Amino acid sequence: MAWKIFLFLLLSFVSVAGIAFPIVENPTHWYEFPLIKGLEQNAKIIFFHVPTAWLTVVAFLMSTIFSIRYLARKNLNDDAKSYAAAQLGIIFCILATITGAVWAKFAWGSYWSWDPRQTSIFALLLIYGAWFALRSSIESEEKRATLSAVYSIIAFLTVPFFIFIMPRIMKGLHPGSADDTNAGPIVNFKMNGNMQLIFFLSLTAFTILYFWMWNLGYKSLIFKDKINKIYTKG
Amino acid sequence: MNIKAFALFKKDFHSELRTRYAVNALIMFIIVAISVILFSIGNEKISQSLTGGLLWVVIFFSAMSGLSRAFVSEEERGTTMTLQLIASPSTVFSGKLLFNLILVFVMNIVIALLYSAMFDAFVIKNFLLFLVTFLLGNIGLAISSTIIAAIIAKAGSKGTLYPVLSFPILLPLILLLVHLTLNSLDGTSFDQSLFELAMVACYDVIMLSASYMLFDFVWKD
Repeated sequence: MAWKIFLFLLLSFVSVAGIAFPIVENPTHWYEFPLIKGLEQNAKIIFFHVPTAWLTVVAFLMSTIFSIRYLARKNLNDDAKSYAAAQLGIIFCILATITGAVWAKFAWGSYWSWDPRQTSIFALLLIYGAWFALRSSIESEEKRATLSAVYSIIAFLTVPFFIFIMPRIMKGLHPGSADDTNAGPIVNFKMNGNMQLIFFLSLTAFTILYFWMWNLGYKSLIFKDKINKIYTKG
Repeated sequence: MNIKAFALFKKDFHSELRTRYAVNALIMFIIVAISVILFSIGNEKISQSLTGGLLWVVIFFSAMSGLSRAFVSEEERGTTMTLQLIASPSTVFSGKLLFNLILVFVMNIVIALLYSAMFDAFVIKNFLLFLVTFLLGNIGLAISSTIIAAIIAKAGSKGTLYPVLSFPILLPLILLLVHLTLNSLDGTSFDQSLFELAMVACYDVIMLSASYMLFDFVWKD
């Protein structure tokens, strides 16, 4: 119970700090963020957008890991864990896409410009969408678990290609891209101590939140399954 | 094992020759797709880089309309059980992959010929690069679409889901192929495109090994 209160306080602090702390030219107080050239006030999205994008990838990875475990052990609980991770993954994926697009409207002038990262998150969204479409088309539980596990592993194998080919094929606008000249690698150099601290606090808080939601999600799926089985047996 | 896989391929080949279902549908689809593009362009002059991209659009949708037959046909005829009894999963996959490879190559050669006849702007300057791209790309296309076809055959809604499931898997391949085709249209040298060609080859190898490993799970009920 204590950790839930702690998480609530942490998320509250991060939300307030991320939105309310001012960005100034030369930070002197602990609550002031430095001005990053090329980002200015838009920089504040880092506290909320980056964690959602990070959790999209974490959820995808976990979904694949539990898919592999399902294929190895044929335990339907692993399928429920994989499904719960993917459910959260698609929510965070949509959030990351929307917050990114809104931010891009102010920073780049248009909602969508097929930047490498926008393309990658779009590909992830497509993979999640296809995965749920596949699951909803299969009646039998074991078959659904097996086929969706196979699909999620194959889909996961395409991810490295995006990482390697995107920067070669299209120009990067996104802060932190290799050829981004004005904002540069933000995490290492442009953020000062307190900005980094709040950024990593936010990342931690969102990650804990994700694991909590995932825990509740897969447990409720397993219970639902058990109840269904009891009812069908009569 | 190889003889059995080849026998399976011959069986598919003969049944295809008898009904000509996939080939007829594919040829009509190619004609329809190219004429739709031609109609929509009208008298407009389209740029060279656009033709390179449109080529792969035609190829992708043609592949989606024809290649799902491989396993769905077995399911429809009710011959899946027999195949499971007489051959190991990897043999079945080899046979089906061989059939799809031939189908993809025939289909894409027809598309490429028709396409270069219809579009004046589609002039390849670096033919060797295009040939290697075409070869590696077709292999990748055949591998990915065969394993997705196997998944789709076991799922409920067979026709509509196929392009939905295939697109995310084929997306990195298509991006690379479009890029390489543009390079061959520009006349970029072979050495400068070596990285992309290596990535396409990697894609082929990774998908091939993953398909062989995962096909067992899909095939066995």
